[in-house]
Amino acid sequence: MSGQEALFEYLLRLGDNALILGHRLSEWCGHSPALEEDLALSNVALDLIGQTQLWLNLAGEVEGKGRDADKLAYLRDARDFRNLLLVEQPNGDFAATMARQFYFDAWHYLLLRDLTGSKNARIAEIAAKGLKEVTYHLERSQEWVLRLGDGTEESHRRMQTAVDDLWMYTGEMFESDEVDQAMVREGIGPDLSSLHEPWLGLMRSTTDEATLTLPQPGWAQRGGKRGIHSEHLGYILADLQFLQRAYPNATW
Amino acid sequence: MTSSLTRPDVEQVRTWLEDVPDPEVPAVSVMDLGIVRDVQWSGDELVVAITPTYSGCPATSVIAFDIEAALRARGLDRLRVERRLSPPWTTDWISQEGRRKLEAYGIAPPAENAGGPSVFDRLLRKPLVIACPRCKSENTARISEFGSTPCKAQYRCDDCLEPFDYFKCI
Repeated sequence: MSGQEALFEYLLRLGDNALILGHRLSEWCGHSPALEEDLALSNVALDLIGQTQLWLNLAGEVEGKGRDADKLAYLRDARDFRNLLLVEQPNGDFAATMARQFYFDAWHYLLLRDLTGSKNARIAEIAAKGLKEVTYHLERSQEWVLRLGDGTEESHRRMQTAVDDLWMYTGEMFESDEVDQAMVREGIGPDLSSLHEPWLGLMRSTTDEATLTLPQPGWAQRGGKRGIHSEHLGYILADLQFLQRAYPNATW
Repeated sequence: MTSSLTRPDVEQVRTWLEDVPDPEVPAVSVMDLGIVRDVQWSGDELVVAITPTYSGCPATSVIAFDIEAALRARGLDRLRVERRLSPPWTTDWISQEGRRKLEAYGIAPPAENAGGPSVFDRLLRKPLVIACPRCKSENTARISEFGSTPCKAQYRCDDCLEPFDYFKCI
């Protein structure tokens, strides 16, 4: 794999994480438990879709085959998506959505913070922009884990279930493959394993305060970064890509 | 075509841009918000650089269009609006005049400078006190970290009982 190919893969991962999680959050629009939450989830989704455009447009430039963010988002099949398994998991109840968000936001924050120092200036400036937004995402998702964990018996039970169920998808965030290693060598991206300790620290202190039990390290489900996805991604793409598949090049 | 004799200087152009309102918060101009990062002549073409407030802000393309339309109405026909991502927009760039207009419009302006402590430290800190833009009471509570647009949070005044928007720091 050449340096350019590795960079393209890396940018797809960044863009696809934002795209798929942004799409998942947009599914809540009109269905949230309260108007404020409907607005908040839609706004976080909007931030993530905005970041998607920046990452995938850059990916298209690096690839040099004339694909832009829209073509990459709408005209690839599941096998070509590079997002983490975590972000494609179904919304479930509100606790599951917030636990997924907290796991992801804390990792996303740490990753973007390191990417602001990337030797690739384009990556550094997109990361600096996104980091400001993700800071608010993280504050908010942490607040919900605290409130639901240390809330009623019912909310505690649901948040504990969510934290347990999603745990096996967190291991993949800290594993490096040849793409990540190439980025480390070129000073473009951080060593993902270095994010694990600060991430775990925030998980520990938050679950303690929320009277939740942090799951033990165990089996990590993996594959998303290489295009091996759960069955959920296909359904997301059927929804996300329907219009462009049925009416190619439609615009509005 | 604009010749170097007739082309307006950039200060004049900046003054014209003071009249272009933000599409989401029309009480303030694109200049007040610090969205316009640069105005300069490149030969006989005017280049206006703008920066998005948030990456997904749908108003950015409307702002580019409004700026172009406003300047064409002033007789400029060779101009280009370009998007600039770096340095990323911060609420610190909102002018004093902009802050005053926001408050008069009922939106509490940003209460502190951006770029403070990292979020891991901030998560341990007490929430900010935001004064009600209507009655100035500090007895307010945050309802949600996000409001009608990504740049705002929702608050409630516990004295005059009115809800209000807060323009949060980034």
